[in-house]
Amino acid sequence: MDPMIPTQYKIQRVKKETQDVFTVELIPTEGERKFSFGAGQFNMLYIFGTGEIPISISGNPNKTGVLIHTTRTVGMVTKAMSKLKAGDTIGVRGPYGSTWPVKEAIGNDIVIIAGGIGLAPLRTAIYEILRERESYGRIAILYGTRTPDDILFKRELEKLKSRLDLDVQVTVDRAARTWNGNVGVVTTLIPRVRFDPKNTTAMICGPEIMMKYSISELMKSGLSAEKIFLSMERNMKCGIGFCGHCQYGTEFICKDGPIFKYERIKHLFGKREI
Amino acid sequence: MESLEKILQQHPFIQGLAPEHVQLIVGCAKNAVFEAGKFLFQEDEEASEFYILRSGKVSLEIFTPEYGPVAIQTVGEGDILGWSWLIPPYVWRMDGRAIETTRAISLDGKCLRGKCEKDPKLGYELMKRLANVFEQRLNAMRLQLLDIYSIKVPDKK
Amino acid sequence: MKVLIRSDFYLLLEALRRNNYKTIGPTIKDGAIVYDKINSSEDLPIGWTDKQDAGKYRLEKRNDDALFGYVVGPQSWKKFLNPPIQKLWHAAKTENKFDIIPEKPDDTKFAFIGVRSCELNAIFIQDKVFTSGEYVNQNYKLRRDNAFIVAVNCVESGGTCFCVSMNTGPKAEKGFDISLTEIVKDGHHNFLIESGSEKGEKILSEIPHRTAIQNEINFGNELISNAAATMGRVLDTSNIRNLLLNNLDHPQWDKVAERCLSCANCTMVCPTCFCTTVEDTTDLTGEHAERWQKWDSCFTIDFSYIHGGSIRNSVKSRYRQWMTHKLATWHDQFGTSGCVGCGRCITWCPVEIDITAEVRAIKESSK
Repeated sequence: MDPMIPTQYKIQRVKKETQDVFTVELIPTEGERKFSFGAGQFNMLYIFGTGEIPISISGNPNKTGVLIHTTRTVGMVTKAMSKLKAGDTIGVRGPYGSTWPVKEAIGNDIVIIAGGIGLAPLRTAIYEILRERESYGRIAILYGTRTPDDILFKRELEKLKSRLDLDVQVTVDRAARTWNGNVGVVTTLIPRVRFDPKNTTAMICGPEIMMKYSISELMKSGLSAEKIFLSMERNMKCGIGFCGHCQYGTEFICKDGPIFKYERIKHLFGKREI
Repeated sequence: MESLEKILQQHPFIQGLAPEHVQLIVGCAKNAVFEAGKFLFQEDEEASEFYILRSGKVSLEIFTPEYGPVAIQTVGEGDILGWSWLIPPYVWRMDGRAIETTRAISLDGKCLRGKCEKDPKLGYELMKRLANVFEQRLNAMRLQLLDIYSIKVPDKK
Repeated sequence: MKVLIRSDFYLLLEALRRNNYKTIGPTIKDGAIVYDKINSSEDLPIGWTDKQDAGKYRLEKRNDDALFGYVVGPQSWKKFLNPPIQKLWHAAKTENKFDIIPEKPDDTKFAFIGVRSCELNAIFIQDKVFTSGEYVNQNYKLRRDNAFIVAVNCVESGGTCFCVSMNTGPKAEKGFDISLTEIVKDGHHNFLIESGSEKGEKILSEIPHRTAIQNEINFGNELISNAAATMGRVLDTSNIRNLLLNNLDHPQWDKVAERCLSCANCTMVCPTCFCTTVEDTTDLTGEHAERWQKWDSCFTIDFSYIHGGSIRNSVKSRYRQWMTHKLATWHDQFGTSGCVGCGRCITWCPVEIDITAEVRAIKESSK
């Protein structure tokens, strides 16, 4: 089986999440093939004639019948994708890449920090962790985005917020008075969360600069670089280590990442133009 | 007054301050509660208080003629609020509005200024702690200013 | 060790062709020695040599009729094993479906004539990149499995060669099907020949040869030793990974960026550089799409583009990426250096940037 050949999936539904973010639900075109993936992995999605891009999976790893991706309209391919409708076909290669450390984190307090569209890949980890809620200690989900209108998965977040066994906090960069929630960058929420720094796993996904500030805040609270995980992004053409584009110093984002233990990449993280 | 002292001592901003300095501060302190929707202060008013927040949430807002009030930041438990009492001309630069019931210890700015002038050691200690808060807020503001979640699409016409 | 006499050399090519190999070897084109189809030994650059230095490459006549009396030209065998442009698949649209038709894999059996030891090591390196991981580049693997390698041991070294520093030559130690050492001496013109595989043994059995005498073997070794002793360049590889990774902010990167044109020549001529991009196209009806893979270079701005902009905007960062990848991070990624000391990046750099000099500059200033 040539890993460069996409498999066809049919769009079951396209859902507009926010003004510029949408979710596509895919089902296999042939047979009852299940799509197994790990939380945090991504697929290469091909839109006929337009191109192929890496997009992380945002669905529940335990629901293998439907394949869900959430993405923002930022370039040619995502723009074309946003115009597709139920019944249209998308090419899929994957799943590729490393996963969130949901198993290794068992017994720990969990701090999940998401920025903007970064909530999409982290949602897979949230599903996994909540499936075995009792295996973890305190769980905090911190989410920052631009405005209240940009909040992803609003209804799901509300549901999570109402749970007493979760500390869910959402913050926006700016808001009108109709918003009664937090305003400020997501890092300002970190000192307000209770966790045992010696026994906490943090998972972060968002713009690199937001991850940088989050890491520094977490480490200020006493978390070690061994317990902080982040999802990195670079240009990617093949997803399987052949094209060279996603190199990040010693690492390939596609096969060594996209999820990295901070300890592993701290010699690169924040270095300019690496 | 003893309970106020205890409460103060436990607050992250005050923690570790010399007992005699806490004593001095207590002399300027009183309890305050703001119901949701109430203003702690408004822009251009005289800034006579320094708030040490115990619980709740306060939205800091700037009023714009076109869009009305725009929230810039929210602060809550463990935070402090206000430094205009320290810096002439001692007026608030924005609105502070409780969006949840907010409990705070309100320190009289004039009283505190007087004590800091008289006891430079206390003054310097408070200044260091405030500078720390300035730095954090400034950093957060910088990040906010970057508008990191917005879309920058070069080919978008 | 056997001996093949010069006048029987054509029989080697014939035997290969008889066994369905397409014979590819060095030949002269546009003033350079390139790798292309060769039909007879007459297509080889008989009696030519090359003079190489930073930014310089000239062909000159030799005093003898050696077939392999030069080192390496601008091209390497990667152009056959991982072609510069290849169609991966095409697709046809029908209503809201499309069918993807994979491109039929190229099952040409290539026989590469005159593979130098540095180049053979470069092939081993690309093998690691394309076939040793979780995923296998099927097209590469097929061509590679089909290939027959006739290695030629270098008996002279070029002006920009430094295989000795990289421990990749000048003698081909393994991985060849047949290896040759060309000896032109006192009116004799022979090849020491040995097989390195079953495939090689078979071909060898089909061509006339005799057993070499010890003197001939000794002389061949002497020539190779002489090539080893006269390398045009030296690269000190001790602790090179840490040296470069600990100096990512060294001022030398700024200096080299002042000269570097970001032209990507070094990546195109490098026998180990493997980066590619893909291009998706459609015809005018919009119903037929194709996906092409092309060589790409980390020297282009778009190479590191993610929404918002390119990660490596400055020339400095792109040169640094290339060189640190080649000499440092390659070790982390593939357990080997990405440089084989062939010297092509030095020869073909239009502004004479010399990777060995760049390393030296960093090394000397960080003592």
